[in-house]
Amino acid sequence: MSDILNALVAITNFILIPATAYGSQLALGALGVTLIYGILRFSNFAHGDTMAFGAMSTILVTWWLQSQGIGLGPLPTALLALPAGVAATVLLVLVTDRTVYRFYRRAKAKPVFLVIVSMGVMFVYNGLVRFIIGPDDQNFADGARFLISARDFKQMTGLDEGLAIRSSQAITIVTAVIVVAFLFWFLERTRTGKSMRAFSDNEDLALLSGINPERVVMLTWVLVAALATIAGVLYGLDKSFKPFTYFQLLLPIFAAAIVGGLGSPLGAIAGGFIIAFSEVAITYAFKKVAGYLLPEAWEPDGLVQLLSTDYKFAVSFVILVIVLLFRPTGLFRGKAV
Amino acid sequence: MRTVFLFALVGLLFVVTGFTSSWNVALGIFNMGLISAIMALGVNMQWGYAGLFNVGVVGFVALGGLAAVLVGMPPTPDAWSAGGPRILLALLAGAGAVVATIALRRAMRPGWSRALATVAVLVVGFFLFRAILDPAVEAIEAVNPSSTGYLGGLGLPVLLGWPAGALLAAGAAWAIGKTALGLRSDYLAIATLGIAEIIIAVLKNEDWLSRGVKNVIGLPRPVPYEVDLQSSESFVARARDWGIDPVTASSITVKLAYAGLFALVLLALLWLAQMALNSPWGRMMRAIRDNETAAAAMGKDVTARHLQIFVLGSAICGIAGAMMVTLDGQLTPGSYQPLRFTFLVWVMVIVGGSGNNLGAVLGGFLIWFLWVQVEPIGLWVMELVTSGMDGGNPLRQHLIESAAHMRLLTMGVILLVVLRFSPRGLLPER
Amino acid sequence: MTEHASAPLAGDAPFLIGEAMSGGYGTGPDILHGCTIAVNRGEIAVIVGPNGAGKSTAMKAVFGMLDLHSGSVRLDGQDITALSPQERVSRGMGFVPQTSNIFTSMTVEENLEMGAFLRRDDIRPTMEQVYDLFPILRDKRRQPAGELSGGQRQQVAVGRALMTKPSVLMLDEPTAGVSPIVMDELFDRIIEIARTGISILMVEQNARQALEIAHRGYVLVQGANAYTDTGKALLADPEVRRTFLGG
Repeated sequence: MSDILNALVAITNFILIPATAYGSQLALGALGVTLIYGILRFSNFAHGDTMAFGAMSTILVTWWLQSQGIGLGPLPTALLALPAGVAATVLLVLVTDRTVYRFYRRAKAKPVFLVIVSMGVMFVYNGLVRFIIGPDDQNFADGARFLISARDFKQMTGLDEGLAIRSSQAITIVTAVIVVAFLFWFLERTRTGKSMRAFSDNEDLALLSGINPERVVMLTWVLVAALATIAGVLYGLDKSFKPFTYFQLLLPIFAAAIVGGLGSPLGAIAGGFIIAFSEVAITYAFKKVAGYLLPEAWEPDGLVQLLSTDYKFAVSFVILVIVLLFRPTGLFRGKAV
Repeated sequence: MRTVFLFALVGLLFVVTGFTSSWNVALGIFNMGLISAIMALGVNMQWGYAGLFNVGVVGFVALGGLAAVLVGMPPTPDAWSAGGPRILLALLAGAGAVVATIALRRAMRPGWSRALATVAVLVVGFFLFRAILDPAVEAIEAVNPSSTGYLGGLGLPVLLGWPAGALLAAGAAWAIGKTALGLRSDYLAIATLGIAEIIIAVLKNEDWLSRGVKNVIGLPRPVPYEVDLQSSESFVARARDWGIDPVTASSITVKLAYAGLFALVLLALLWLAQMALNSPWGRMMRAIRDNETAAAAMGKDVTARHLQIFVLGSAICGIAGAMMVTLDGQLTPGSYQPLRFTFLVWVMVIVGGSGNNLGAVLGGFLIWFLWVQVEPIGLWVMELVTSGMDGGNPLRQHLIESAAHMRLLTMGVILLVVLRFSPRGLLPER
Repeated sequence: MTEHASAPLAGDAPFLIGEAMSGGYGTGPDILHGCTIAVNRGEIAVIVGPNGAGKSTAMKAVFGMLDLHSGSVRLDGQDITALSPQERVSRGMGFVPQTSNIFTSMTVEENLEMGAFLRRDDIRPTMEQVYDLFPILRDKRRQPAGELSGGQRQQVAVGRALMTKPSVLMLDEPTAGVSPIVMDELFDRIIEIARTGISILMVEQNARQALEIAHRGYVLVQGANAYTDTGKALLADPEVRRTFLGG
């Protein structure tokens, strides 16, 4: 009996909790991608680097706060710095939209052309981030490390297997829930949010209804910048901040958005969790779990790991390909431009 | 006219570098410029001819590099006897599972039972593959890990690795094209981005194949070694006659030899690409690019044509990758960065002029030159900007240290400026 | 005023008139050649004609979606030729396009709300009026509009345009693709709307039925007015019957 409990705890500890946190981060990233796709109608390749910029701005403010001795006690100081990071990123994307994207929007450029433009923006953001903070790992997490540590859990329950919930994981999940709830309330209940959905649904009719496209676009960028910064900071708190990692997040984020259906916010969230759970479960070594569950004689020698963690990108990729082959509009029927 | 002028201008950049720093440096940049031009040619085929958005260039380049290693390096007999046949068997099993899946899907009618059968075959196939492969990998990687620990290559002349690189890249492109072409253009982009990440991950982690991050070094060369030249009396004597230091002379000679080889490949490919572009086939490609619906309505098989050109373009990137590894004499999987390859090559194509082969070549040289030179220029600018500051000023130190990252910023700005003000590039398509 | 019947009927003071309009899309060839379309307050004007006669184009020209190089559009005596479609909406013109005329992913009620986007006052009464006009929409107001039947979608589309409280409602083939029963129903509703004082200008494929409810009919041929008269008179005209109404 306790073997089964131990196995469950191990699965929770090594798969469920990390995957939920990672899934929340991916979902927030994918929401940004999907909003841009829905409203501005192109795949934004600069999104990973927008996340990096947002995280970087937050880190710089966090360091300053830390140097001033200002903190949130057990919570990471980064949460306090987050609004400043969001503001900086909003400024950056709005300036980018004004100087770069607006021209092509007015010229009604083809979506694939905008993707190439976003590639240029990606370069610039990437360079900017490396220029300001450098290409290396940065640590900015502070406050309490654990909500529940493995040792406390073992003492509490008497099990052999520990269950640890890092505070960064708990914060990620709580923040993601709040942000997503706010976003859906905004899109579903407010007049402005509805006008954004209307614009995404049928641009010409939205214009006929007197919806101002520039306002919708601007609001979209503000939301996207906020989502990207929050996703970037949460990922950085949970793992670490390294500019190149954020660029690489582009693949799982796009996979999440496409799997869910580009343009569908609900799909982006579902896609984020599908990708995260598959990635974590497939790259997890099940040796320990098997050790609890199987009779001693059957215990495997190897790690019982389907794929090494180095191939986690392959997981998002395979899921992406499967969905593209069998349901090209994604699980939640996104839109096809 | 414009073409001649712009090429002369870029040529001048290299000549000026030759005089101001050294001919060695100028030739070094020139050789990579040749390779970059070939990559740009490949991407231009895909984007310029057919409008295909491939952001997995780095993957195809890396595959080309792998091919050069697999062809040119001597085999490791101990590793082969330790697990060679078993690896081959595992690969066969993997391929068998894929073939079985395809056959199954053809034979059965769509529905839940087919989906379940597909999954079952794939899962069983995967475990079988891993069960055969894993012990072999362990055995091979245990063989003298500090110097080999991999199967090695075929020990053939390294030049044969170039066409092999093309083949390997073409094979991967065919597989990815089969799945992602015919879908929306940005889906192809994401799919290629993904396959490139996976190829790089394989190169980094499958030590039995590519030694992973331990790198394969000492690839045989198609041209003489500097040391041999320096010890050749006739060479040293001739260098003295010309009044050049033999060491410099040897290194320049080697670089010139490479340049000759690369230029030959570039010219041949350029000639072929021009022929193709102006043939009925090329006209059809452009017709498809400009109006897919109309071309499809006229009975052109758009997806099949796209697959063709996607494979061709990727094969050219594969050749370039093999050439680059030959030039470096080593395969360093850790150095394949998408920003450096994929996206930089895109900047070359767009700046040079998409749809124009000469434009792509020009872009290749120009952007590579800038990529190399922006760093020292950035440093110089930063020193100029901060010259008024005190030497210990942290801002000054930061700016000077960060000058290296000016590259990405500059390339991004160049790309955006060209897209905005001259979207057809320096040499527009005729 | 030219020979053929491009002039408004005698004694009219049209509420909305597009007069002697010539132009086409962008730099393309002219589609309209001195075409005149007008509608009086609270009346129904119908544009009919063979395929490719420029019926929809004429209506789009009145709504400002076309580049006119000559002619003018006046609404309630004011020249609105230079205004954009959006500005015309705020001046009280409602337009229901032929296709993609609803927000498919949004509920019926949200569609109506979006129709009233420009309004800052209380939109509930208008919404009630729309629901009274189309009772089925009240039942389906929480459903995504994309899930409704063809006829119901057209009701949503008309309802959306009514939400701005327009003085003129322009309908581009409102009965395209709906069954004859639904068509009759829609025409009844359109008459009802006109009775509230809203002018109706519509393009119709089903010429006979449309002319029956029309105060005024325009028969367009190749972008120019061929016949203009009351709906009844056009229906009675043997020439029009033979050429355009199939006997």
